[in-house]
Amino acid sequence: MSASGGPSTKAVTRSVVGDPGSPAGPGLLWRLGIDGPQSFFAGPVFWAIAAAVVVGFLVYPVFGSVFLASNLTNFLLNVPLALGLALLWGYCGVLSFGQMAFFAISGYVYGILAINMGGDDLTLAAAAMAIAASALVAVAFGYFMFYGRVSGWIIPVLTLVFTLVLETFLGQTAGYEWKIGEALLGGYNGMTGIPSLAVAGVEFNGFTFPLYYLVVALVAALFVAMRMLANSHFGHVVVAVREDLERTELLGYDIRRYQLVVFVIAAMLAGLSGVLYVSWGNYITPSSAGLLAATMPVLWVAVGGKTSFSAVAVSTLLLGLISDSLAVYSGEFAFVLLGALLLFGMMFAPEGIIITLAAWVRGVIRKGQHP
Amino acid sequence: MGPEVFNILYQFLVNFAFLLFAAMGLILVLGMLNIINLAHGEFIMLGAYATTLSYHAGVPFALAIAVAVVGVGVFGMVLERLVIRRFYANKLNALVATFGISLILSQGVLLVFGPYLNAIPMPFGGFEYGGYSYSTYFLVLAGGAFGLLLVGWVFFYRTRLGMEMRATIQNKDMARALGVRGDHMDTLTFGLGAALAGLTGALYAPTSTVVPLFGQTFIAPAFITVVIGGGVNPLMGALSSAGFLSAISTPLSSQLGTFAGRIGLMLAALIIIRFLPQGLSHYLQDMSLFGWSRLVRKTRRP
Repeated sequence: MSASGGPSTKAVTRSVVGDPGSPAGPGLLWRLGIDGPQSFFAGPVFWAIAAAVVVGFLVYPVFGSVFLASNLTNFLLNVPLALGLALLWGYCGVLSFGQMAFFAISGYVYGILAINMGGDDLTLAAAAMAIAASALVAVAFGYFMFYGRVSGWIIPVLTLVFTLVLETFLGQTAGYEWKIGEALLGGYNGMTGIPSLAVAGVEFNGFTFPLYYLVVALVAALFVAMRMLANSHFGHVVVAVREDLERTELLGYDIRRYQLVVFVIAAMLAGLSGVLYVSWGNYITPSSAGLLAATMPVLWVAVGGKTSFSAVAVSTLLLGLISDSLAVYSGEFAFVLLGALLLFGMMFAPEGIIITLAAWVRGVIRKGQHP
Repeated sequence: MGPEVFNILYQFLVNFAFLLFAAMGLILVLGMLNIINLAHGEFIMLGAYATTLSYHAGVPFALAIAVAVVGVGVFGMVLERLVIRRFYANKLNALVATFGISLILSQGVLLVFGPYLNAIPMPFGGFEYGGYSYSTYFLVLAGGAFGLLLVGWVFFYRTRLGMEMRATIQNKDMARALGVRGDHMDTLTFGLGAALAGLTGALYAPTSTVVPLFGQTFIAPAFITVVIGGGVNPLMGALSSAGFLSAISTPLSSQLGTFAGRIGLMLAALIIIRFLPQGLSHYLQDMSLFGWSRLVRKTRRP
């Protein structure tokens, strides 16, 4: 609790340093909205660790192998998708199983466009159009759900159905009638030979370092941007929508529009992940929109802690690494363990395992300071 | 009846029975407990496994169905006691937790029993009519669906337990204040939902290969049926929604293929929730659109 007895809301007192209520006035990060009441982790210690992590990622190629960096890229490129779900579920209170559907839509659209337009700089246009395609589908789909004011459980159920239907659709696209220009959708075998993103002759593929650096930079930038969004006026309204729909509406906000906008932002972030994935592996299969794939984003966000972008980023990376190393021995066993982690996480740490642990550590430290 | 008409009617009945069996347990749990069980498909898969394994162990098919119903029902009751009851306060967390259960069950079964089981031969054989060939078993399943509705009606409107369940759906707190044992009722309801899933799995086990992802063919149609039906009146919701959806998907699937039928179901769901977000059963009860909903209301008097 700050000495001047500042705002008494729980969220504000959570952050230790740079508090607007401290005698020195709000710190720079607070004024920029990068730290704020909607961020669980904040303050100099947190930022020192975050900077160290980013520096660690940036110097990693000096001593690491291309192979490991490529693996790491594969886990890191899921972070935008997971941050989107954290915003949607953790901040806005809307659970969606559809993130992987938007990932797949964007991946397929990018593939079709990139194969037909050729590589090089045009891939950027293909990426932009792919993400726009995800956004467009999200607008259409979200309109019916949010403007119908359905009850909360319908959205996860319908987005799950949407994902499964998309997988079935993509699975039956084998054969030459599903050739769009030069691109073969390829049924359950998926689409192959998709050009990687390329700018000015530099190719961002899975076998070299440029994509790795691009993904690290994108994730770091998005992380800061998401925090600014969450701590902005818009972010506060989004949290209000989560806390109480009717009350927020009575205050004059169009809750349906806020829900729809957040849903579309999440879909675009999933689309970005989809484009990066295709650029990394040069292929995409319908299993990207399968039931197992659809489980993963929910798992990362729930286990990390859906109300913190930091926790979600960490858990996305860690769980990706863990499930990948387990799957080497037995894929089924890995999924049973992940399912158990999800179940027991929801039972004993519903706010997320990382958040629960961090809150406990913080409590211990505070107790030490004020005996 | 002309062969074409019979063909359409047959397809309609097959689709109707499939949707009704797939969704009945789910819609009951939604109405009573106000949660969605995302592991419902895996419960159906467990029912199919129980039936197939008992059948191959020498148990007659009819008895193997009973094994599945009781087995999955008991499993559901145990699960409710241990896990589900922690989540009644938070619907979204319940969804995620049951999603974890579904992952454990499908992958665990794959780990223990391998990628598939030897199939059960489809009973009753088939017949031909006007150049089309049909299997009798699917007609038996359609009859079974109407039988299930009838049993459900007798249960809900003619037994004390059924009346207590309807009271719980209408006003949980009031029902409890009037002496309905809440926690027993919750366990029983979830077990009943699971038993219905087990029944579905058992009945549909002979119709396709029994694999760990057996339940996945059921979940998308089941969820759509529940979304459109709503939980206000499980019987009415399941009946009206399964009827409505099979009327949409039957012509689509027979003209354009199964996949077009599935797309049609999803689009229908989107349009319905935009205008009737509470589900069909809510509006049928409120507005008495049809005579039979008034009939049901009349019989509601104890």
